[in-house]
Amino acid sequence: MSADGASLADFFASPTVQGALVVGSVVAVVTGIIGIFTVMRRQSFAGHALADLGAVGGSGAFLVGLSQLWGFVGAGILAALLMEAIGIRRLQGRDIATGVVFGFGMGLTALFLFWDTTIDNTSNAAVSVLFGSLFVLDPNLIPTVIVLGIVALVLLGTVYRWLLIESVDHDLAVARGVPVRVAGIVFLIALALAVELSSLTIGAILSTALLIGPASTALQITRRFGLAVALSATLGTAVTWAGCFISYESHYWAGPRGNWPVSFCIVALTFLLYLGTRIAVALRHTIRPSTGLPAAPPGLESTAGGGS
Amino acid sequence: MFAPFMTNAWIAGTIVAVIAGVIGFFVVIRGNAFLAHAVPHGAFAGAAGATLLGLNPLIGLGLFAMAGALTISVLERHARNDAITALALVTMLGLGALFVSRSTQYSAEIFALLFGQILGVSVAELVPMAILGWLCLLAIGVVYRPLLLASTLPDTAAARGINPRTMTVVFGFLLAAATTTSVPIVGALLMFALLVGPPAGASSMTRRPIIAIPLSVLFTLITMWSSIALAYTINLPIGFFVTAIGAGFYLIGRLAAWLRRRARSAPIGVRSSA
Amino acid sequence: MSDLQDASGGVLSARRIDVSFSGHRVLSQVDLTVGAHEFVGLIGANGAGKTTLLRVLLGVLKPSSGLVHRPPRGGLRGGIGYLPQKVSLDPDAPLRAWDVVALGIDGGRLGLPVRNRRFHERVDEILDAVGASAFAMQRLGDLSGGQQQRVLLAHALVSDPALLLLDEPLANLDPASARDVVELLDRLRRRTPLSIVMTAHDMNLLLPVLDRIVYLAGGRAVTGTPDEVVREDVLTQLYGRSIRVLRVEGRIIVLADEGGRLPNEEHPVATSGERS
Repeated sequence: MSADGASLADFFASPTVQGALVVGSVVAVVTGIIGIFTVMRRQSFAGHALADLGAVGGSGAFLVGLSQLWGFVGAGILAALLMEAIGIRRLQGRDIATGVVFGFGMGLTALFLFWDTTIDNTSNAAVSVLFGSLFVLDPNLIPTVIVLGIVALVLLGTVYRWLLIESVDHDLAVARGVPVRVAGIVFLIALALAVELSSLTIGAILSTALLIGPASTALQITRRFGLAVALSATLGTAVTWAGCFISYESHYWAGPRGNWPVSFCIVALTFLLYLGTRIAVALRHTIRPSTGLPAAPPGLESTAGGGS
Repeated sequence: MFAPFMTNAWIAGTIVAVIAGVIGFFVVIRGNAFLAHAVPHGAFAGAAGATLLGLNPLIGLGLFAMAGALTISVLERHARNDAITALALVTMLGLGALFVSRSTQYSAEIFALLFGQILGVSVAELVPMAILGWLCLLAIGVVYRPLLLASTLPDTAAARGINPRTMTVVFGFLLAAATTTSVPIVGALLMFALLVGPPAGASSMTRRPIIAIPLSVLFTLITMWSSIALAYTINLPIGFFVTAIGAGFYLIGRLAAWLRRRARSAPIGVRSSA
Repeated sequence: MSDLQDASGGVLSARRIDVSFSGHRVLSQVDLTVGAHEFVGLIGANGAGKTTLLRVLLGVLKPSSGLVHRPPRGGLRGGIGYLPQKVSLDPDAPLRAWDVVALGIDGGRLGLPVRNRRFHERVDEILDAVGASAFAMQRLGDLSGGQQQRVLLAHALVSDPALLLLDEPLANLDPASARDVVELLDRLRRRTPLSIVMTAHDMNLLLPVLDRIVYLAGGRAVTGTPDEVVREDVLTQLYGRSIRVLRVEGRIIVLADEGGRLPNEEHPVATSGERS
């Protein structure tokens, strides 16, 4: 054991780390799976908005004496339904609707925080909602997080086949009688649930990063749904563990201010992983363009136009 | 509320609202509210970092706004652009978290940069703001037609010799510039709300782009002015009023659109009796 | 303004075009030249690569290999007009049909628009020519698919292009309207120096006016007059399986020999019963 670093054994022995790894893994797996659908359906904005909107519920719940968890979850589901209610099918309209709900929700957060005179430093509360920390979470939340995570996945499981059909061709799905509206609403609720519990435990920034990052990376690598889901959950978990480790280790070499925030470490890894994969994929197609067709049979030549 | 110390607030608010109204028109027509959220909030992280490092926050703000907008515009591809926006945003915010952790001091400026506070603007800050804002508007005037075409009909724009991807980068650049002008004054949340709500309302209420832009500016000005007045008299956060009134304009626009659709599908008898 | 004749003497030429997406080859060694006044059809079923080829010709898609010579884009005249298959514009977007056509003239110019009376007359003129005057002042997003196509056609034509690239312009039209559009295009290209390249999955509407067909299947192409190309031996080699070509009441129907579907296609090339 050297003086300038802790061994892996120390890392895993720390109860803070253990809690962080458990919650982080649950979140990574649940949001990694839901993230595939989020990215495919181009609802990343909604996913991020819901994470930040948890703060509305959090600060509002504090005002009326509810627990933070139900404040987050309640606000998320309410926001999801609102987005769906005023939103429109077209991509542009939906983006603006999400933005308006998001803005209004954050305005409410400003209001609630203003009224939250019992919090010493309301400004700090706002900032910490955004940034959050995996190493500073209430261990009592862990069972609830796991249960709610499973609920979110079950909800997704009831509609995932419809979502897949719709993602291939929306009009075709409608023509075949797929209840796209219902499936969309159920998905949005599952998304809200997953995102709120992750936002509450690990902060809004990390919540979005684990929702979108591993999923986008997985979709760069494969088009096959099952593989993408598995890859997304695995990458998310791997990145979470690696980020926790780096953050923990940085205590020894990051200088007088202490360790690097775990949010930053995981987010940075996620972004680098995505970039690296994207570059690798682009290079692979340049260097090795594959032939998808058999060679043209002899005698069949593409001719130039007869007129020239 | 028209006391001398409020004058700067009114002027600053007006400048921000005009810029947001014009750029917001394009945000809405491109359907990219996410970009309008990501650039100000990502830039906020840069400003926070600069503040805590003892630098002028404008430097961090401008740097992050530009870097964020360019990263998103360059890396985006048709199928996944909102995912890359999300990743760029959280990376910038993550860096912000890193900066916050590096300093033991906390600054109320950070809260203001996020949720906004319009009072306490000095004349010295107003002048560069006005100049940069004016340049933004000039730039929009110059690229108005290619940007409009590339935003609405990207493939036909290519036939006219316009590269839609170039226009995307240009627009990102303009949004970053507008952000750098406005966020120090009104904060990231207000900038975002002004870019989305009132312009969306205006766009729903007219068919002509050349009318939609001034109307968007008008709605945004009304939002800004009434919010300043209300925040002053009722003493609640200005962020709440801007987002609420902005949402109100949006809903009015949706109502107008719904009524229009109802009128078009009404039976002939009803229509001709009007 | 510009020399529209390249070395091989055509308005448009594409040589040995290869296009691959994510390792999957979509177009393979396609050649094509188009001369002045010519009307060329890119025929093939959905998924055969027609839209991809059109986008390569337009210049928005870079081929993995191959060269394209095309008229310059964005000039006052003699450029390219493009009609996309569909437009994904928000129905509430503030943009009238009239504005779309106006941008067809000056959309590439910098600065604020200053439009004189002659400009307005030109826009009204072209909208009338395509039969879109009745709804010129409505939002583009409020129009039906067929109406939108007329407006986009006007947008493509208003700049006096030398080359018109049209992606499935007839798909949303009823047979009478489709015939009108085909006749309009034919008239235009005979009267003025306009060349037309159009994609379609049903060649029958176009047969009377086509100079040449580029027949696409699975990314490969055969070019020639309809009589040269639409033959059982040629198409059998192209598809790599046995193909029947039936001529029924003046219409051509292309079918796989077993009576089943053609590879990569959802349905046989021609449909029956649409004839007036």
